[in-house]
Amino acid sequence: MLSPGTTAPDFTLYSTPDQKVSLSEFKGKRVILAFYPADWSPVCGDQMALYNETLRFFHKHNAEVIGISVDGKWCHLAFSKDRNLHFPLLADFEPKGAVADQYGVFDEKLGECKRALFVIDEEGIIRWSYLSPVGVNPGADGILDALEQMDATVQK
Amino acid sequence: MSLRPPVSEQDHIQGNPGAAIELVEYGDYQCPHCGHAYPIVKQLQEALGDKLKFIFRNFPLSEIHPDARLAAVAAEAASRQGKYWEMHDIIFENQEQLKKSNLLEYARQIGLDLPRFQTDLESSDLMDIVEEDFESGVRSGVNGTPTFFVDGRKYGGSWEPEAFAAFLNSRLKEA
Repeated sequence: MLSPGTTAPDFTLYSTPDQKVSLSEFKGKRVILAFYPADWSPVCGDQMALYNETLRFFHKHNAEVIGISVDGKWCHLAFSKDRNLHFPLLADFEPKGAVADQYGVFDEKLGECKRALFVIDEEGIIRWSYLSPVGVNPGADGILDALEQMDATVQK
Repeated sequence: MSLRPPVSEQDHIQGNPGAAIELVEYGDYQCPHCGHAYPIVKQLQEALGDKLKFIFRNFPLSEIHPDARLAAVAAEAASRQGKYWEMHDIIFENQEQLKKSNLLEYARQIGLDLPRFQTDLESSDLMDIVEEDFESGVRSGVNGTPTFFVDGRKYGGSWEPEAFAAFLNSRLKEA
């Protein structure tokens, strides 16, 4: 898993059936990369639904969130519509898990992304990362702590 | 993971304020799991009596539960007339019908001053209170609903009645 201080590898992945998103488009903003195993988790407050609600807190820190899993773009589209998500889900689908692998968070045995978080600064440097047990929703508090610390460093 | 901020006078506290055990729930009035937890909490309150105080904080997931936030505001509005828990209960007992017209009907049933309640439903101060609850939940590591905290620590175990009662009883012995 890539550690803080590392430059976040750039990538370009499908966000909708006809649109691609690159990490480099977010220069000047902070980015929260949330790798997760699969769409359609069966609980109410799953991780992506939670981030959908905490977007307003992330935005206060000039941060955008991006979800990444190996699900295909059509699956993401249906999931995103169903949960009314207001941030992109990217399809690390072909070659499968290649981006997750670059970040050191691809589970080859399961063929899914691990549940991992990266907070990337305005210059594209990873400033915080966290690997959660796969069955545990890591929530948003760690991300917000990291963003607050980054704010404090900027002010100094 | 611990509760931040801790329980204070700002919270809605049911039961003996000096109770040995403090149970906090972060819940969403439209969440079916919270609806399932509602009678369980009642059972625990009954079993533990004055040894338990119960605090409810709002954690509406508005994008998947579009009526949850207004229901939370409705409970806060009822609180302004001293009937928070009456509203809390009637909402959970009817959680499949939480449109504004339903909430007004519940307000009537529990005997609220309706014009005042209706004005309070639009109050930005009450919406702020709900939002503060939500933010405190996020900062406390709430990642879905219901999430319980026992004596300030996030409870990761089962909240089905037997398991939860056993856990609370074990806390009681330690206290």
